[in-house]
Amino acid sequence: MANRDKDDLILLAHGDGGLLTHQLLQVYFLRYFNNELLAQMTDAAVFQVEAGQMAISTDSFVVNPIFFPGGDIGKLAVCGTVNDLAVSGAQPLYLTASFIIEEGFSLGSMEKIVASIAQTCREADVRIIAGDTKVVGRGQTDKVFITTTGVGYLLPGVNLGYQRLEPGDKVLVNGCLGNHGLSILLQRESLGLESQVVSDCAPLNGMIKKILSRFPGVKFMRDLTRGGLATNAKEIALSARVDFWLNETALPVEEGVRGITNLLGLDPLYLANEGKFLMVVAAAEADALLKYLQEELSAAESAIIGELRSGEGNVFMKTALGGTRRLDMMAGTPLPRIC
Amino acid sequence: MLSKAQETDAARQALARLLPLAEEAARRLGRRAVLMEVCGTHTMAIARSGIKSLLAGSLDLRSGPGCPVCVTEQRDIDKIIAMAGQPGVVIATFGDMLRVPGTKTSLEVERARGARVEIFYSPMEAVEFAARHPQKEVVFLGVGFETTTPALALSIAAAKSRGLTNYSVFSVHKLVPPVMRALLSDPDLNIDGLLLPGHVCTITGRKAFDFVSAEYRAPAVVAGFEPVDILEAIYALLKQITAGQARTLNGYARLVREEGNRKAKEIMAEIFEPTGAAWRGFGEIAQSGLTIRKSYADYDAAVRFPVEVPEALPPKGCACGEVLKGKITADKCKLFGRVCTPSSPVGPCMVSLEGACAAYYQYERHEV
Repeated sequence: MANRDKDDLILLAHGDGGLLTHQLLQVYFLRYFNNELLAQMTDAAVFQVEAGQMAISTDSFVVNPIFFPGGDIGKLAVCGTVNDLAVSGAQPLYLTASFIIEEGFSLGSMEKIVASIAQTCREADVRIIAGDTKVVGRGQTDKVFITTTGVGYLLPGVNLGYQRLEPGDKVLVNGCLGNHGLSILLQRESLGLESQVVSDCAPLNGMIKKILSRFPGVKFMRDLTRGGLATNAKEIALSARVDFWLNETALPVEEGVRGITNLLGLDPLYLANEGKFLMVVAAAEADALLKYLQEELSAAESAIIGELRSGEGNVFMKTALGGTRRLDMMAGTPLPRIC
Repeated sequence: MLSKAQETDAARQALARLLPLAEEAARRLGRRAVLMEVCGTHTMAIARSGIKSLLAGSLDLRSGPGCPVCVTEQRDIDKIIAMAGQPGVVIATFGDMLRVPGTKTSLEVERARGARVEIFYSPMEAVEFAARHPQKEVVFLGVGFETTTPALALSIAAAKSRGLTNYSVFSVHKLVPPVMRALLSDPDLNIDGLLLPGHVCTITGRKAFDFVSAEYRAPAVVAGFEPVDILEAIYALLKQITAGQARTLNGYARLVREEGNRKAKEIMAEIFEPTGAAWRGFGEIAQSGLTIRKSYADYDAAVRFPVEVPEALPPKGCACGEVLKGKITADKCKLFGRVCTPSSPVGPCMVSLEGACAAYYQYERHEV
């Protein structure tokens, strides 16, 4: 069978709807994503819903390289959409996955990605119930692009939103910042740096569901993907018309990440994360939430990084030295500096 | 080595010692003392660590011509962009150059149009890349000061010893001492002391900057890049100012030697020779640039890919020059924050992470 030979390649014929397409579905997608809704192989998946509000989110994944320390494009495609739902207070249930594959892409790599998607779905307790595959000519895409759409139901009793933010609220993150963005950058640019920086790519819905069921004081969440902590904090500050005051000494950043970003002139606060959220919580619950994150949810590097004050949408950081630095949105891709 | 916490403690102590001295200097001068940090990495560190905000009441810190991207002439940028358009050419560069606007376009835009631009942290990686891609012509953009030049020189030596014929360097390298002379000769200059660039001095040595105090009577201190290094150097400058002295001191002795790095200087001299160079904001300065020697012409992209570009005038209203001379702060430029922002930069000072305007925009603007 074709999948045993890892050198086999995706051909245009894998996308023409004929025999090879059928084989691709059977051997890879149905085998790995195995569930009764997908197995019906109808034009649309039909499922029951519960009463209440639903949430839906979609995202496309074009990461380069497709395999990186700590993950791959498949894992990312699940985590990205699952986390968007989770930080909105929703429990994700189902995903769709759509693949645009470059002619000549290795079937062995394809299988690794599909297996990784299946594994991440199990971790996140979601199922893939619909999908699509297209193959395009060489050079018309780069290896493989994946789009996932996720649906879920809003967790009962959860009330998140800008309107709840008020001065005095505390700001938390669930671990070290900047790993994903830096691990990709180090792979992508020919920087010649050996490094142990591993992406933090992980589904967050399990953790968030537990937090929301115990801490009604959680008022807002955001996953800290593109633009990093700084850009996301600035967007929230502008939308909510409050000021963020962060403490430089409280920000969790791995030593390795700190060292390499210093060397390259990058700022970890602007690097993407794929398994980190920012949480705004009522001051009264902040310490208990931190303890819960660190002790019960194994997020040992979680930290209270600052608080909200009344203001017009600024993000300020108290530096270790006691000075103040303003953080703004990221402009352009973060790139290594010149000297 | 000190831990992060010990370093912060040391910096706090330095700050506490420094503030009364800054007040004294202000009383003496009848205004806040104006200090210039020549190096872009200092500009960045001063803004990031909050030093600028902590000292704003008693000291006026200005950025100098020490960000290589910022002082690269528009015409050179246009040449680089023209080179990127040659068939088979792969432009190899440190990241900052990508978004620098030329007269009509930038490397970033040309890359979108199909030009090949690769970002490298080390020129040696670009040599490896050239060896792996013999059908491509790899042109490394030699933009930088004494700090980066030895690495470019080594890359040329490596390409030669490996017999590579598809690696060359476009040298717009510049030297810091000549621009310092140009700066200090300006009769309108109003600078009370200079923080000298620590990285550059590791190559040149402290002595190379003795002329700052000896000939121009300006107090100067070679400074490292941690907050505590910078504060200690400012302290040493204020000591000189309040005592009415002018000396060139070494505040970065753990890395900077009197004579600098002999090997680095030798390899630089082997491959490059001084030449006149045009600096953005300063104009032509004699013996302030480095060109590749004739004996290495095979590795000189200017020889191998001669491109002609028209005379280029800096964009109307762009005050990069005044900013780089420390005459005005970035916000006094008419374009600043309106026409010229990090997402759509008019001048290179707004592009580079270390550019005076970008640092000011990022850390010191007060409006939302």
